[in-house]
Amino acid sequence: MGISQIIFYMLAAFTLLSALFVVFSKNPIYSVLWLILCFFSIAGHFVMLNAQFLAVVHIIVYSGAIMVLFLFTVMLLNLNSETEPHKPTLLKFAAVLSGGALFLIIIAAVRSTMPAPYVAPQLSEVGYVKNIGMKLYRDYTLPFEVASILFLSAMIGSVVLAKKERFN
Amino acid sequence: MENSIQSVPQNWYLLLSTFMFCIGVMGVLLRRNAIIILMCIELMLNAVNLLLVSYSSYAGNAEGQVFVFFIMVVAAAEVAVGLALLVSIYRNVASTDIDILNRMKW
Amino acid sequence: MFLLIFKIALIVILFLISLGVAAYATYGERKVAAFMQDRIGPDRAGPFGLLQPIADGVKMFMKEEIIPNVSDKLLFILGPCIFMITALMTSAVIPWGTAMEFDGVKYGLQVADINIGILYVFGVVSLGVYGIMIGGWASNNKFALLGAVRASSQMISYELAMGMSLIAIIMMSGSLSLNDIVAQQGQGKLYGFIPVSGLNWNIFYQPLGFIIFLICAFAECNRTPFDLPECETELVGGYHTEYSSMKLGLYLFAEYINMFVSGAIISCLYFGGYNFPGLEYLSTVLNPNLVSIISFGALFTKAIFFVFFFMWIRWTIPRFRYDQLMKLGWQVLLPLSILNVLLTGGGLTIFSK
Repeated sequence: MGISQIIFYMLAAFTLLSALFVVFSKNPIYSVLWLILCFFSIAGHFVMLNAQFLAVVHIIVYSGAIMVLFLFTVMLLNLNSETEPHKPTLLKFAAVLSGGALFLIIIAAVRSTMPAPYVAPQLSEVGYVKNIGMKLYRDYTLPFEVASILFLSAMIGSVVLAKKERFN
Repeated sequence: MENSIQSVPQNWYLLLSTFMFCIGVMGVLLRRNAIIILMCIELMLNAVNLLLVSYSSYAGNAEGQVFVFFIMVVAAAEVAVGLALLVSIYRNVASTDIDILNRMKW
Repeated sequence: MFLLIFKIALIVILFLISLGVAAYATYGERKVAAFMQDRIGPDRAGPFGLLQPIADGVKMFMKEEIIPNVSDKLLFILGPCIFMITALMTSAVIPWGTAMEFDGVKYGLQVADINIGILYVFGVVSLGVYGIMIGGWASNNKFALLGAVRASSQMISYELAMGMSLIAIIMMSGSLSLNDIVAQQGQGKLYGFIPVSGLNWNIFYQPLGFIIFLICAFAECNRTPFDLPECETELVGGYHTEYSSMKLGLYLFAEYINMFVSGAIISCLYFGGYNFPGLEYLSTVLNPNLVSIISFGALFTKAIFFVFFFMWIRWTIPRFRYDQLMKLGWQVLLPLSILNVLLTGGGLTIFSK
């Protein structure tokens, strides 16, 4: 077993454990913190896959911005384990069961199309900024611009939503 | 770093991200707190991200990573609007429980 | 194998230097404050009060450790740890000097030369928010929570303008690696004709970007005029109201480490890093290891100057009001930095060779 394999297994176990903790933590703050750790391990996977640029962008965007927003909201709304609503046990059981069933179905569907066990990675420079930038600004210019419009509309939308209503 | 992924079969990434995706689905079904549900959606999106990156680097094609960018854009926009919605709902009903929100049906 | 030993030695030395500088920055801050206010400052512990940091450290350790009863204990302890770790992690990608040479093999004075160096710094800085937020929330105190919320929203807002001013630098250098950015500032002539070697610094091309970056660095370090998260007159002690003993010490200490590291980064990005006029000549006549140490000294001097500058500003300019801070960040600095990106783009298309 090579060292990269060991790192992969540890990272994978950590990813899954933290993802499970996100779902099963009683306190929303702990859910948020576990999700941050989960995103870190995903960034670790990205580094292992030689996509360092994406790993750092992932950390900046997810851990640096998105999760701070979540943490912000949970802290300001003062949500804790006492105020946390619970579903009936039967529904919880059904949810776990259906999640497991979905897993089985996807695995069964994908099993026949699974790639060969050993595919040597091609060019190791795929994840470099240069290559991604070339793709992004040459072949995907229109989606890029559309994404900026999406951001603008999201920004305006959230400002409108968050603004205090002056009338009433 | 050149052959760091060589020894891990790609099937493992497929399994891992499927499992993560299913955990996210389970979370959406299991929890009633709308913020946690949003977080589980993020988890699902990230499972897809992981799979895209693994495919892109096994196939030596940067396009998968470009798509991950777009997923991140969509996720960020979704969170900004979603959380703003949640906060304004919280102002009205003082709760983030989605089961209370069935009032919107009328 | 030797590379590994070299890197480990480098990491240990960097930690020691960061901690030592942080310790003496507390002393320096008092001395600078005293100088500004026409006082003497600490002068009892040792000659000129030079042992004052040690006395402070002992005091911090000796104080009673209080963990509030209603706090979240795990997170309460985790908060200062995260803040300290992120402060120390940033220095990993800074090229501290020209390469050393042993047995004809070159060893860069940089812990990790990753090709996305500057983004790494950006990522780690954005994690520093968590130390404050977790600590402030776990204290279960409304002042601490308000301080934490202020700190995080301030840091997120100013990161935008900071990133935009960085983009102008990246456009000029065409590389994300700090090593390349610094090396490029040592080559060529300033403006293409001023014949001083090693003075091709970015500050002469990016004065606006530098000012924006500097202001954002103040905000990121929570220094006056942007120290609203720990503003005593409004929030008791801000996010560390409930902290005592060495946990408080870690928060205060990490702030000084942040100052030192951001000073080093500012000098790498805008002031040529380890480059100084005459470096090229020295490297032809002297032993490369000696040159390496001298160039490290140059970067160190620049970083220390910025630490002094931070203190200078602190004792000169009063604190902003919170709405003024947000207005400055979003309505002044962000548009200015976008304008700077446009200007840089225009300049590059006109003057590119």
